[in-house]
Amino acid sequence: MNIGIVVFPGTWSEKDCFYSLSNINKQFCEFIWHKDEDINLENFDAIVLPGGFSYGDFLRSGSIASLSPIMKKIKIYADEGNPIIGICNGFQILCESNLLPGTLIRNNNLQFRCEWSNIKVTNDETIFTSSIKKNEILSIPISHGEGNYYADKKTIDELENNNQIIFRYSDDKGYIDQFSNPNGSINNIAGIINKEGNILGMMPHPEKACEEIIGGADGNLIFQSLINSYNRPV
Amino acid sequence: MNINKEILDEIAISKFEYEEIVNKLKREPSRLELGLFGALWSEHCGYKHTKKLLKKLSDNSNDLPVKLGAENAGVIDIGNNISIVMKIESHNHPSAIEPFQGAATGVGGIIRDIFAMGARPVAILNSLRFGLPENKKNKYIINGVVAGISHYGNCIGIPNVGGEVYFSKTYEGNPLVNAMCVGIIKNNKIMSAKADQPGDLLVLVGSETGRDGIHGASGLASKTFKEQDELRSAVQVGNPFLEKILIESCLEAIKLEEVVGLQDCGAAGITSAAIEMAERSKLGLMIDVSKIPQRESQMNAYELMLSESQERMLLSIKSNGFSKVKNIFDKWDIKCEIIGKFIHKSSIDIYKAEKKLSSTPVSALTNPPLYDLSTNKPNWLSILQKTDLNKIDLPSESPKDILLQIITSPNIASKKTIFRQYDHHVQTNTVVEPGGDASLLRIKGSSKGISLSTDSNGKKIYLDPKVGTQIAVAEACRNISCTGAKPVALTDGLNFGDPEKEDVQYQLNESIEGLIQASKWFSTPVISGNASLYNESNGNSIYPTTIIGGIGIIDDANNHVNIKFKNDGDLIVVLGHSTVWGVTNDLSGSEYLETIHKRV
Repeated sequence: MNIGIVVFPGTWSEKDCFYSLSNINKQFCEFIWHKDEDINLENFDAIVLPGGFSYGDFLRSGSIASLSPIMKKIKIYADEGNPIIGICNGFQILCESNLLPGTLIRNNNLQFRCEWSNIKVTNDETIFTSSIKKNEILSIPISHGEGNYYADKKTIDELENNNQIIFRYSDDKGYIDQFSNPNGSINNIAGIINKEGNILGMMPHPEKACEEIIGGADGNLIFQSLINSYNRPV
Repeated sequence: MNINKEILDEIAISKFEYEEIVNKLKREPSRLELGLFGALWSEHCGYKHTKKLLKKLSDNSNDLPVKLGAENAGVIDIGNNISIVMKIESHNHPSAIEPFQGAATGVGGIIRDIFAMGARPVAILNSLRFGLPENKKNKYIINGVVAGISHYGNCIGIPNVGGEVYFSKTYEGNPLVNAMCVGIIKNNKIMSAKADQPGDLLVLVGSETGRDGIHGASGLASKTFKEQDELRSAVQVGNPFLEKILIESCLEAIKLEEVVGLQDCGAAGITSAAIEMAERSKLGLMIDVSKIPQRESQMNAYELMLSESQERMLLSIKSNGFSKVKNIFDKWDIKCEIIGKFIHKSSIDIYKAEKKLSSTPVSALTNPPLYDLSTNKPNWLSILQKTDLNKIDLPSESPKDILLQIITSPNIASKKTIFRQYDHHVQTNTVVEPGGDASLLRIKGSSKGISLSTDSNGKKIYLDPKVGTQIAVAEACRNISCTGAKPVALTDGLNFGDPEKEDVQYQLNESIEGLIQASKWFSTPVISGNASLYNESNGNSIYPTTIIGGIGIIDDANNHVNIKFKNDGDLIVVLGHSTVWGVTNDLSGSEYLETIHKRV
């Protein structure tokens, strides 16, 4: 696969995403500078919006990046049905760009949280979870101060009814309740897809969990799902 | 000029030192020059009370890639053409006055020291000391400091992988906030913060210069501060976003052969940064303050030279190199201006456009008077050391109750509530996470790993500055070895009271002696360090707190070990025994004595 990894000023997980997708998963990766207006996104089979603090999260997380030149192109790329993964700040940017519904507000504990979280895979029929079984529990780190997913009831109902909530915070047995929720997200939402199923936004960092030596490789299952889906289109 | 005590106090220059300045210049300094002297002769920049002692340490550093104190940070070669850059630095007084920004900019400052060497910062650690957490004011400081570190470090994408936190009444009102940063660099890419030749340009990049942090180095860091004094304007305000893009743009720019040197603009701002560069280059320097991008209007030369606005770096570049360098900073939307030129002279000439404001010899500015320290052991210490701990009665509670009291004391209890607020996974190298003895990072592209730890027990150093410091070194080395790594180098954060007091002088002397000995025993050279003096709480010196940052190497990171018990039925073995001051399993300075008997 040809994977483009977008870099905004303040992005910091672009190199981690590159390492995971290129060094570990042997895909061809390229950084895309946010001001690059000449780039042709059609050359890419998927785009990653990595984590970090684009524009220092000034104003609202992801809000300034959502107005950056590259996002115009990404909206077209998204409308054409191409795969996009937004991780952490990338998720926030996708919400600010209206490519995904809802928003990420301040954690309900009012603190930044960095820890290994368990997420339960609640939909395995997506290009991002095709190599994972439904109800499997993945251990993947979170690292955010604003990961508390919020949307109005109508939007949440829609997400639930369309099976768009694909990851939920749980305990290591898969039990979902307020104690396994690190940030107060509605219905323990950790990751959602759009209705068409080509855009994923998730707060946990799969790129930080791709090798046993750094604590586990569950995150890599998400990347492998994407790669396998590309190689064997459904 | 009309010199009064108030002016000298503001910049922490004594009457005697003022006379020295006049002797060196053979005239009265101007107000601007006095500001330069105040900054460079401050304890913080000039090391007036510690330089003679630290020379003994640096005399042992001749085999290192960079001699101790010669550059922004220390370097240790770990083989395979890889070097590690490392340093610890304090931001105590700013954190006492404005905990959030004080701690945040402490992190920012030490990171700049590391990438000024050309290295990619890969880890941050923090050594923190606070007053007791049940006190409301202390709680405010603790929460502010932790939030400040979290805010700055998380935003910038450098993992915070360890450190330590202790609470004691001695740090009430004067917390210790020491930040350590570690970077990785290829051996042949190490930068030096200097110019090559006359004609090289001095370029300022990063933030605009405002009125924040004026007299931070002199007024705030170099004398005992009084809480009631309104010094908040001497604390800088940090912008981690700007620092993040400053790291990326500077590391990109130094790949250009036109870039000769890179220097952090930290304490005492452009004054200290630029003049240090001139001294290292054995050149003079002309600076035009009107070229410095300003955040506020109507700033005068004094303010521009002494501002400690954060997130600024100085570059020395070849005379024909500016446009190439500027292209890179333009890409990142970062300000980049030529503010001066290295000259074939031995003075610092300051201009405001065409108007020459001052011309001052570099050697006068960079050679403050150095003070000898007393080696007399204070009486109170001799008496304290004679305490017979055997005469202390055993407590009446059961051993189980005592154990519960000790393990629930803030000093022993888990620090997870703090470190879970810091990203410790970013850059995906963290093999052993915070919560154990030391952390371990793998080095991508090599089988090697580095282990990092910071350690110190101020109580033990208080009881015996020499042995207590050796215990701190031993602890750092032990912690590193508990990951499977071999300790290879140290950085020291000296946190002491008022150096004009005799007992503090004794503590400094002894502690550094102890450090020199211990670093020889463990074959762990001290490659960098920092001294923070004038730390006092309610009129008393803090416990002398020599914080030791250690680094170790493991040849194959896959072979690391960690603190966890592995299987049911595994045996637990105690290795070695502690014999200090001739007493085996000595209790002095222990948590037991503090928690149960309320004494050191």
